[in-house]
Amino acid sequence: MVLTILSIVMMALDHRQQHLESVRSGLSVIVYPLQYLVDLPVSASSWIGENLSSRETLLEENSKYKIQNTLYKAQLQKFQSLKAENLRLRELLQASKKVSERILIGELLSVSLEPFTRQILINKGSNDEVYLGQPLVDAEGAMGQIIHVGPFASSAMLITDANHAIPVQVNRNGLRAIAVGTGAADKLDIPYLPISADIMEGDLLTTSGLGGRFPTGYPVATVTQVIKDPTLPYAVITAMPSAQLEKAREVLLVWPTRHDEISAKSSVPALAPTTPASQAEKP
Amino acid sequence: MNVSQHHGGGVIVMSFVFALVAHMIILPDWAQNLRPDWVTLVLIYWCIALPDRVGVGAGWLAGLMLDVAGGALLGQNALILAIVAYLAIRLHRRIRIFPIWQQSASVLLLILLHLMLALWIKGTFSQSAETWSYWLPALTSMLLWPVIFTGMRWLRRTYRVR
Repeated sequence: MVLTILSIVMMALDHRQQHLESVRSGLSVIVYPLQYLVDLPVSASSWIGENLSSRETLLEENSKYKIQNTLYKAQLQKFQSLKAENLRLRELLQASKKVSERILIGELLSVSLEPFTRQILINKGSNDEVYLGQPLVDAEGAMGQIIHVGPFASSAMLITDANHAIPVQVNRNGLRAIAVGTGAADKLDIPYLPISADIMEGDLLTTSGLGGRFPTGYPVATVTQVIKDPTLPYAVITAMPSAQLEKAREVLLVWPTRHDEISAKSSVPALAPTTPASQAEKP
Repeated sequence: MNVSQHHGGGVIVMSFVFALVAHMIILPDWAQNLRPDWVTLVLIYWCIALPDRVGVGAGWLAGLMLDVAGGALLGQNALILAIVAYLAIRLHRRIRIFPIWQQSASVLLLILLHLMLALWIKGTFSQSAETWSYWLPALTSMLLWPVIFTGMRWLRRTYRVR
């Protein structure tokens, strides 16, 4: 009886507040060795696979990466000058803007979590300064955010989870929307857009940064279907996530740099004459 | 109850640990929804075999570990497993003398109860998927019960867990 009441109180507390996060992270230390153990055969087999792959495949891969690398480098050259130009223009407009983020690579633990939710476990925790609500991306786009942090591992909710929503904008015209997970692995819903909204199939949705969690400009999804039925109040829009949510084994943890940190770092001398403007920006 | 009569507590703990590991092992996609409810099965066995050693408290603790391991709401599985353990203990005299298929049927009912409670809790706090495959673990657990039962009985007798 006491335990029943205790667990109901715990559920309520866990749902509403963050108080139990310390209890959870304490208990996760006990569970982590088991999770590590479960992951071991999978990571061992992939390690063996890597070590036993033949010379030819390695050479092939190597040449592929070399070509890719050259391509990326060429693109990056342009990016550098564009970045500088963007910064210059923004300084002219006296708008501060985050330019870079700190990034850490985390690895997925092959551990199955609650069925019918889209969550993953990664091998980085508070020891690596992972924090609650931290955005998670992979090479192709936004993946999700951290929901529980333990000392050695933390779990993240993917953007396809039915309880997840992410503020996005259409890359083509800046139209703001929200992408809500459906629980299916490759489908996001874009609700509450009027029928007249300018959005079409193939549009790229990127993070708008409005929620304050995700940094701006990461690709989130591509619109796959737009149904504009005049009898419905809103357009029915679905999109496919850009990130390899079900395949990726490495994820990137992002530390978005703070607004004021950047402006303080990048333009210390320029700050003096424009103090009223920069103060007005701070919330 | 004399303490010296207690024997093999380590075996009980290890059986729960193995059940937890089996619960977390990644399965191919088609088998993911068929995963039997290992921890509940082990809990039911111990509740029936040794009701004065494994009970509501043990169920609650095992459930808490499940919550942490699976990233569920803290207390969800703890509550459910405590209730399942309570029922199993209330019924242990009856279940013990059932033939094995009738035991399996009782296990099916207990696991269905488990799943239903979980669905209620999830539905209260968040959105949950509603597909028929949600109920499949009850079926696989039922089919697995004879194996679990004989295996665990062998374990209990070999290590003289009392």
